[in-house]
Amino acid sequence: MTILVIAEHDNKVLAPATLNTVAAAVKIGGDIHVLVAGQGAGAAAEAAAKIAGVAKVLVADNAAYAHQLPENVAPLVAELGKGYSHILAAATSNGKNILPRVAAQLDVDQISEIISVESADTFKRPIYAGNAIATVQSNAAVKVITVRATGFDPVAAEGGSASVEAVAAAHDAGISSFVGEELAKSDRPELTAAKIVVSGGRGMQNGDNFKHLYALADKLGAAVGASRAAVDAGFVPNDMQVGQTGKIVAPQLYIAVGISGAIQHLAGMKDSKVIVAINKDEEAPIFQVADYGLVADLFEAIPELEKLV
Amino acid sequence: MKVLVAVKRVLDYNVKVRVKADTSGVDLANVKMSMNPFCEIAVEEAVRLKEQGIASEIVVVSVGPSTAQEQLRTALALGADRAILVECAEDLTSLAVAKLLKAVVDKEQPQLVILGKQAIDSDNNQTGQMLAALSGYGQGTFASKVEISGDTVAVTREVDGGAQTVALKLPVIVTTDLRLNEPRYASLPNIMKAKKKPLEVVTADALGVSTASTNTTLKVEAPAARSAGIMVKSVAELVEKLKNEAKVI
Repeated sequence: MTILVIAEHDNKVLAPATLNTVAAAVKIGGDIHVLVAGQGAGAAAEAAAKIAGVAKVLVADNAAYAHQLPENVAPLVAELGKGYSHILAAATSNGKNILPRVAAQLDVDQISEIISVESADTFKRPIYAGNAIATVQSNAAVKVITVRATGFDPVAAEGGSASVEAVAAAHDAGISSFVGEELAKSDRPELTAAKIVVSGGRGMQNGDNFKHLYALADKLGAAVGASRAAVDAGFVPNDMQVGQTGKIVAPQLYIAVGISGAIQHLAGMKDSKVIVAINKDEEAPIFQVADYGLVADLFEAIPELEKLV
Repeated sequence: MKVLVAVKRVLDYNVKVRVKADTSGVDLANVKMSMNPFCEIAVEEAVRLKEQGIASEIVVVSVGPSTAQEQLRTALALGADRAILVECAEDLTSLAVAKLLKAVVDKEQPQLVILGKQAIDSDNNQTGQMLAALSGYGQGTFASKVEISGDTVAVTREVDGGAQTVALKLPVIVTTDLRLNEPRYASLPNIMKAKKKPLEVVTADALGVSTASTNTTLKVEAPAARSAGIMVKSVAELVEKLKNEAKVI
């Protein structure tokens, strides 16, 4: 068995989710190859070659792959992937965008967002917003799978010495082009990778009040998240949303502030190791999943908490 | 232009899911079913395109049991012109649904196909991308903005770090994200009118599509329950517990 892992990168830096995806590949067992498709992605390829457990790195360097457009990258992955037993990608927006297109081109069903590997052909994945766990078996010749990063501890980024091989194949479907992007600027850790996450909900009352959470987060070295209610009310940008339709996080500590705990929100954070809820409504459903609950006015509790940690 | 919208009948998002004791699946007997929330956004976008004079006809399609006619009627009440139900009993995989939708796309020849980004039951997030691959069309997934000018569509997409805009040549597959729009409610007169709109029922066999799957669901279980937590009385006590008991800060 040989497994192809699609690297997540921005042409310069390899995204941490790649390490979690390789970890899932290690659990499946077999040789692990990593594909870096991009433009001028030499640095990302070098980083991929250093990942512990990786045997070979394939580099497809072409202008058509610069922005990971699925119309161009999917045919490349499908072509290369035919000789592999598994194709794995992180369940990031790129992975989710590209991999189903690959699966359809290979005429196989995909298994999305696996959280554990039971055997080389059997995997567990959450359904119904994490309210049920399905065990799925695949008899496809090439198993196409996206990996939920929080389900797997990352492998070491150093220690490997894989060979790097260039791939000549160029696919340009010519039906799509990159126009631009607007990335949210933040000095705090990335939400899905943070060890501590502090999240605010409708109880924050307005966007300005999120400064209390930012202050607490900076003291803890935490990322700041939000519930859908806070995003819809315009308090914070939507890339901060944690939940079924936002980001799935599983940090060591999740502090939910002014969040009632709707099932769609819980779907995004209930695998956190320790959950703290601060809410003035003692009936709030969030207290049912919280390890530590505090019934208090958040505008008094948060500054005090910031002072004490 | 003609717009095709795919909708799915799912367990209502407010219903608490119960896993069957025999681990064969989720209990769907006598529970409220609705149109998948992301599909509502897809229908709304199509209706807005029609209101702007860009879309000339909206065809709504669902793949599922005969009861999915309810969701198609809802879409008709929201402004779709006609509906197609591809009737099939069993729970199909995304690839099978994409193949059936491809057959409908071949027949209807829409310029734009709008789907939700994922269904809240299977949480797959695959069908739109697969349909795009099978049709050879460009894909604008997780769309928060769709702008059509001439024969291209500019789709602003929600990506992990923020937003990305791509330009795609028509015909195009778009999948909706939450922020694309705020779906409207169907008014009573429109619900009544929707009953008279055409709804065609076809079978998967009639479309000549194989719905065989390479995946088998072995079992469905409830997630591990969290052990009960404790209520603390003060911030000081909370900090003390986090430092000394949970040891997370």
